[in-house]
Amino acid sequence: MTFNTKSNYKVDQGATEGDAVACSLQTALGDRSTNDGIRSNRHWYKKIFLSLLVVMPVMVGCTKKEDEIVIGQYGSLTGSEATFGISTDRGVRMAFDEINEKGGIKGKKIKLITLDDQGKADEAASAVTRLITQNKVIALLGEVASGRSKAAAPIAQQNKIPMISPSSTNPDVTKVGDYIFRVCFIDPFQGFVMAKFASENLKAKKAAVLRDVKSDYSVGLADTFVKEFKKMGGEIVSDSSYQGQQDIDFKAQLTEIRSKTPDVIFVPGYYTEVGMIAQQSRQLGIQTPLLGGDGWDSPKLHEIGKEAINGNYFSNHYTTESTDPNVIGFIKKYKEKYSVTPDGLAALGYDAARILADAITRSDLSPKSIRDEVAKTKDFLGVTGKITINEQRDAVKSAVVVKVDGPERKFVTTVAP
Amino acid sequence: MQDFVQHLINGIGLGSIYALIALGYTMVYGILQMINFAHSDVYMIGAFAAYYVAKWTGLEQHPGVGSLMIILVSSIVVCGILGILIERLAYRPLRKAPKLNILITAIGVSLFLEYSGQVVFGADPKVFPDILMDSNLFNLAGVEIKTLDFTVLTVGILSVLFLNFVIYKTKIGKAMRSVSINPSVAAMLGVNTDRIITFTFVIGSALAAIGSVLVGMKYPKIDPLMGMMIGLKAFVAAVLGGIGSLSGAVLGAMIMGLSEEMVVAYLSSTYRDALAFGILILILIFRPAGLLGKYNVEKV
Amino acid sequence: MQSFKKPILSLMALLILGLGLNFGFNAFIQLQAKFIIINMILAMSLNLVNGYTGQFSLGHAGFMAIGAYVAAYLAMNWNFLPPELSILSYLLFVLVGGLVAAFAGFLVGKPSLRLRGDYLAIVTLGFSEIIRVALLNMDFLGGARGLAGIPGLNSFYLDFVFSSLWLVFCFFALWRLIKSSHGRGLLAVKEDEIAAEAMGIDTAFMKVKAFVVSSFFAGVAGGLYAYFVQFISPGSFTFLHSVNVVIMVVLGGMGSMTGSLVAAAIITILPEALRPLQEITGVDLRMVIYSLSLIILMILRPKGLFGELELPEVWRKYVRRSA
Repeated sequence: MTFNTKSNYKVDQGATEGDAVACSLQTALGDRSTNDGIRSNRHWYKKIFLSLLVVMPVMVGCTKKEDEIVIGQYGSLTGSEATFGISTDRGVRMAFDEINEKGGIKGKKIKLITLDDQGKADEAASAVTRLITQNKVIALLGEVASGRSKAAAPIAQQNKIPMISPSSTNPDVTKVGDYIFRVCFIDPFQGFVMAKFASENLKAKKAAVLRDVKSDYSVGLADTFVKEFKKMGGEIVSDSSYQGQQDIDFKAQLTEIRSKTPDVIFVPGYYTEVGMIAQQSRQLGIQTPLLGGDGWDSPKLHEIGKEAINGNYFSNHYTTESTDPNVIGFIKKYKEKYSVTPDGLAALGYDAARILADAITRSDLSPKSIRDEVAKTKDFLGVTGKITINEQRDAVKSAVVVKVDGPERKFVTTVAP
Repeated sequence: MQDFVQHLINGIGLGSIYALIALGYTMVYGILQMINFAHSDVYMIGAFAAYYVAKWTGLEQHPGVGSLMIILVSSIVVCGILGILIERLAYRPLRKAPKLNILITAIGVSLFLEYSGQVVFGADPKVFPDILMDSNLFNLAGVEIKTLDFTVLTVGILSVLFLNFVIYKTKIGKAMRSVSINPSVAAMLGVNTDRIITFTFVIGSALAAIGSVLVGMKYPKIDPLMGMMIGLKAFVAAVLGGIGSLSGAVLGAMIMGLSEEMVVAYLSSTYRDALAFGILILILIFRPAGLLGKYNVEKV
Repeated sequence: MQSFKKPILSLMALLILGLGLNFGFNAFIQLQAKFIIINMILAMSLNLVNGYTGQFSLGHAGFMAIGAYVAAYLAMNWNFLPPELSILSYLLFVLVGGLVAAFAGFLVGKPSLRLRGDYLAIVTLGFSEIIRVALLNMDFLGGARGLAGIPGLNSFYLDFVFSSLWLVFCFFALWRLIKSSHGRGLLAVKEDEIAAEAMGIDTAFMKVKAFVVSSFFAGVAGGLYAYFVQFISPGSFTFLHSVNVVIMVVLGGMGSMTGSLVAAAIITILPEALRPLQEITGVDLRMVIYSLSLIILMILRPKGLFGELELPEVWRKYVRRSA
């Protein structure tokens, strides 16, 4: 039962060995050396650590080799949308590796620098700033989630670095400026696709909507679905929300939905919450089919949703059951390299990377001319379809609707724009 | 009407979980007069301990009550040890320090557990294994009551009864009460205060472990930050009921669970977290002792 | 009227520093410099409440959020001056943001400051979260998805000058407040509230006053943040951000203005300085080190870097060795 009063007292009074102000920490630690000999040794390491900290920022800058083409990628490699970032990254890497094996672009190898934004918009903005100012990339790939693309796009636009999003579907993303592109369809189309599927294929008259209020993508897609479904004569009986990356209990919203007896429930969110929503809806006895968008596309969907998620439908960018030789070849190569079947994100990452590389080949390696060449992309044969970049810098493509069957996705139908 | 009953059931389910965690908060506050911010992270570690035990021993292939028991016990052991470590290394050196320092340290421990969790387990959510098949227990006015919800509620009530028994009917309970009233006098009268405090932490952590396994079964998504919101709400529940009071913690938790469910059902889910804080502020401004607590007059 | 000599000299020194940074260093270091200034303002303002008045507030992020959203909204919708003069209107907008935040500080402080220690901490945390959730539900402010494309000054030097102005204002305002009789009153409240009350100091008024001033500058910092990062969302102002500021105050020394300055600089640079570690080990250990340091700091050196002393006193004591 020792009363440790002396420490406080001593710091106020005592002046022991010390150096300059910057080393006042040193002094504080030096105080204790009179008590305990071992401790001063431990503090020695702290001094070195601290001086390293001061020196590190200088060392942080990268060395840039002249014979490399530096491209930056930012994505959610961790967090509740981790599979998006990881899949996209794999697709991108595969594309660039193929190109580098063939000698690169104009004789130079592509160097890809990938930063993790942890699924947060702030981090995305910060990552992109870092890539542009510190790593001096000449083009950017990212992001999957529209919310994060929207946060980062103004920075790319301001610095005049072209940015290609592989799978952000919210229309606002490319509206930020003429340096922002995407290689996927946009949500006004996707909402239409699912509304059409609901009313024509499933003959649904009443729909309930459960949206992720934290995601631009989810809110935008929900809005267009509501609009299109109503245009087709349907009725929206319930429109509720949840907080993505946070909520784990959806029983309250689902109970309300249950009482309105809809024919379908539209859940345009991301796979982690969708899986849980499916489970909880079945637990509440709701047997209505669930519909969704490409945010469902993840190998983890089935892991989280288990049996509950089977038999539900979502719209996506490509199907693994395609008969196109291009697609079959891509799937085979991807499986060999990563031992899993590629999902839509990987396919889009692959296409985005190849379109970027294609544009760089035609350019003079300045960001402006890369930007111009990307805008000229026409009829590019991607694994997600034939890609033409239109004046709004979006891609005009078809969507497929697939049905969830365990880890597989059964093709149901294609909808053209 | 049927929906209202369903909401009621959902709310009680939520409340029972808050109760298990709130008990831990209230006990530590009763003894040490400190808010153990790290409690919710001990809870998180419990969930992950259960997850990894199930994975490594292959128990997830054999669901059943037996596996559940094994996982539960391992989780309790891990959390208990963690609780002891935290108390020993982070809180004990600061027992004589101003309250503020301990609070800051508690925040530090909480953050440390969360971020180390992200490093060690990965920040992506994991799926808790299916240890017990959930099923309908019985039907009440057209509303299904699930086994799992019933289990959580029962465990919550049993825990309170057990704790009440320990604190008021046993010798160690008497020692705990004396330490909470005045630690130095208790020490003078021969109570080993350090041992008692450690014991309190162990019980609190064990309850958190049980809570985490039950929650894992009900809401299979687990990630290193899962404790944050639940911990804050459970803490509010403890304050609402009267911090230091066991039955208060349970009462507060039930109120929290029910009101949260109603707000999400009839208002919007974005308000669910603000509600917790709103309740906290109202309680602290109008009745700081809580519903079942006693008001202590501060003497000069 | 006290002399303006020191503030003007400091401002000029900062402007020269800014010129140096503008031409000598790359954009990333410039970004860090801007963040350092914001963090300095945050740390100093929180120090007023936590350090000098001894009231533990965990809600700083909420006031920052208010300042940020007000300033952003005004800049996006009410900018009445041409782009070349926008720095003047931004000055006004940040000021308004700060005032609104100060008002919020008053609303929060009045009922809460009766509570003590732990409870006050939790209540301020609660208010901060309520502010955040309120913002989440305001769709005209972007709601959960935030406000993107906030106009800024679009030039590093202008940004730096703009924030330096506020930094100098904040520092000298707080410094003079502390050295005055008001400041003594605050310290008295910290030492022993009941004795202070007995001596005739209106403790409730003192506490609320400190809180309001602190919230004002938090709002100012928020406005600056909005103009620099040009994207804000309720997720930028969470409990973790409040804790970040608390760490700065604790590290610098609760009760030392210059300590807060130094600590703010260290804490801002630390994550970036530790990034090479992340690249080597492949995992993000930065926050782990951060939180561990906090624990160790509280156990071994709760006074922080400077304790309650200011820079000149620390210099004298440890360098010149005169007590």
